[in-house]
Amino acid sequence: MKEKKVYDWFDHPQNIRKLRYGFYTVLVLLVLPDFFLHKHTYFSAVESVPGFFALFGFISCVVIILVSKLLGYLLKRREDYYD
Amino acid sequence: MTDFLPPFLLFFAGALLLPFLPRVGRNLLILLVPALGFVLIAFMEPGQSWHYRLFGLDLTLLRVDKLSKVFGYVYVINAFCCFLFAQHLKKADEHFAALVYIGASLGAVFAGDLISLYLFWEVMAVFSTFLILARRTERSWNSAYRYVLMHLFGGLLLLAGILLQIHDTGSVAFDGFSVQTPATWLILIGFLVNAAAPPFSAWLSDAYPEATVTGGVIMTAYTTKTAVYTLLRGFAGWEVLMVVGCVMAIYGIIYAILENDMRRILAYSIINQVGFMVCGAGIGTAMAINGAAAHAFCHILYKALLWMSAGAVLYMTGKSKCTDLGGLYKTMPLTMIFGTIGALAISSFPAFSGYTSKPMIMAAGVNEGFFWVWLILEIASAGVFLHAGIKFPYFVFFAKDNGLRPGEPPKHMLAGMAILAFLCIFLGVYPQPLYDILPYGVDFQAYKLDSTLNQLQLLMFSALAFFLLLPMLKRTETISLDSDWLYRLGGRQLFRFCRWAFDGLNEQANRLFAHQLPSLLARFFVNPLGNVQKYGYRLWVETSGIADQQERVTAEIESRSRHGAYPVGGGVLLAVMFLAVVSLLLYIK
Repeated sequence: MKEKKVYDWFDHPQNIRKLRYGFYTVLVLLVLPDFFLHKHTYFSAVESVPGFFALFGFISCVVIILVSKLLGYLLKRREDYYD
Repeated sequence: MTDFLPPFLLFFAGALLLPFLPRVGRNLLILLVPALGFVLIAFMEPGQSWHYRLFGLDLTLLRVDKLSKVFGYVYVINAFCCFLFAQHLKKADEHFAALVYIGASLGAVFAGDLISLYLFWEVMAVFSTFLILARRTERSWNSAYRYVLMHLFGGLLLLAGILLQIHDTGSVAFDGFSVQTPATWLILIGFLVNAAAPPFSAWLSDAYPEATVTGGVIMTAYTTKTAVYTLLRGFAGWEVLMVVGCVMAIYGIIYAILENDMRRILAYSIINQVGFMVCGAGIGTAMAINGAAAHAFCHILYKALLWMSAGAVLYMTGKSKCTDLGGLYKTMPLTMIFGTIGALAISSFPAFSGYTSKPMIMAAGVNEGFFWVWLILEIASAGVFLHAGIKFPYFVFFAKDNGLRPGEPPKHMLAGMAILAFLCIFLGVYPQPLYDILPYGVDFQAYKLDSTLNQLQLLMFSALAFFLLLPMLKRTETISLDSDWLYRLGGRQLFRFCRWAFDGLNEQANRLFAHQLPSLLARFFVNPLGNVQKYGYRLWVETSGIADQQERVTAEIESRSRHGAYPVGGGVLLAVMFLAVVSLLLYIK
C-alpha cells in the first residue's frame, strides 16, 4: 500500500497562534477604512457609522447562537427517539 | 427538427437505453446525455413552443423563454458534474432513476401548461424516491416512504388546485397568477411543499441525508429549484412569499446549528438558501426575479459541490456525524479545499459565486423599501456563514482529530468537484455570462467598494462570533424535533388510538356475532319445538306466579325432547313462520 501523505499543520499551537493573529489583523483592517470612506446607506444613517456591519454581523450571530441554544433544550432528542 | 427536441425526451431516451449497455457504455452515456442537453438548450430560441392536444385541451410540452432557459442550463451543467462524480457506481439502477428524475425536472421547467407541469412534477417525486431507496438501509427505506408520501400529498394539492383553476378559468396556461382564489392558493401550497417551506419542510432534512452518496448530490438541485422556478413564473410579487422566504432563511440556520449530521446540516442550509429565492419571488420586481434566478443557478452549483465533498467524506469513511469526524484535512486536503470553496460560495463571500447573485435579491428588496425583508436577509446572510460557511468545514475537516485517515476519494469524484469549484470562483469573479442569460436586463454591480467592504465585515465578524462562542456550538449526539414529528410520532399515536378503538369494537362484535349468537342459535335449533315449549312455559310461570307444577312439567318436556317425541315438521313450521315474518317486514318497508 502506498503511504498516504499526512498534513498536520493545524496541530501545532504556534501555527494556530499565527492564524489567530492574522485573523485579528484582518478584522482590524476591514473596519479601518470605514473611518475614511463615505458609504451609501439603504435605510438609515446608522449604517454609515464606522464598523456598523461588523457589529451587525457579530451581534446577529451571537443572537442566532443563543436562540438556537435555547431552542435546542426544547427540540433536541436522543438519536433513537423515533426508533 | 433537432431544435425542437425537448431536452426531457433526450434524458428519458438515455434512461431507456441505459440497461442495455455495459458499464463503460453506461458511464459514457450518462456524461453524453447532459452534454447533448446543453447543446440542445443552447440552440433553443426564446419563443419556441411545441403544442399537442390531449382530452380536448391544448397542452404545451415545450415553452422556451429566458427564465426556463436559465434553469435548463444549470440543470444540465449540474447533471454533467453529478454524473462525473457518480462514475464509480457499478449498477444501472441509480443512474436510471437519476436520468428520469433530471429529465422530468427539465420537462417541468420547460412545460408551458399546468397539466404537463403536473405530470413531470409527479415523475420527479417518484423517481427521486429511488435515489433514497438505493441506499438499501432500513432507515433509508422508512425515510423514502415518508418522502414519497409527503410529495404525493403536495402533488394532490397541486392537482386539486389545477383542476379548480381549469374549472374557474377554462385555461390550462401556466403564467403569472394574479387573482387569489382557492385554486391559486392550492397551487401555491403545492409548489411550496416542494420548495420545502415550513411546515412542509421536514421531508427534505429527513430524506436527503438518508439518500445514497451520489443520490444526495443529485437530489439537492432539482426538486427545490424546480419549485423556485414555478414560484418565479407563477407567483412573482405575491407578498406572502416574502414572509415565507424570511421564515425559511432563519429556520434553516437555527436547525443547521443544532444538527450533528453533516449532510443534514447541508440539507437545512438548502432550506435557508431557497428562502432567499422565495423572498426574491415575493418581491417580484425584474431585479428580484433576476436575482432569484441567478441565485438558483449559483446555488445549484455550490450546493452540489458541498454535497459532493460531504459525499466523498461519507464514501471514504462511512461516517457522517460531526462527532465522529474531524481532522480530515490531514489526508483529504483536496476534498477539504473544494468543500471550503463551496462553503465560501454559499456564504456569498466576495470572489465566490454566491456574492454575485444573492445581493441582487437583497438590493431588489432595498429598492422597493422593504426594510424588514432586508434586515432579516442580512441577519440570515451572517447566519449562513456561521452554519454552512464555517461550521461544516470546521467540524468535518478540522476540529477534534478522531483518528480517521481515509485518503482522497477516487479521481472522478475530485474531477466533478474541481469543475464545480472552478465555476463557483469563475461566476464570483466574472458573473457577466450568467447575467447575460437572465430573464431581464441586469442593472446591478456586485463589486462596489462600500458594499463589498460591508459584506466582508459582516462575514468576518460572524466568524469571530463563531470562534468566540465555539464551546456553545459543540456537537451533541442528538436529533432535533421538526414538523415531521406530527407524522412520525403523531402518526404512530393515531395508529395506536385507532387500533385500540376499532380493534376493541371489532373484537366485541366478533365475540357477539361470530361466537355467542351462533352457539345460542345452535343450541336452540337442536330441538326447536321443545325449546319453544320450555321457554314459553318458563315465561308463563314467571308472569303468572303459579310455580307448583314447574318441576314436573319441565321434566316432562325434557324427557319428550330426549326421546325425539316432537314432530320433525315443527322445525320446518318455525322456519316458515320466520320467513313469513321477514317477508312481511320487507313488504311493509
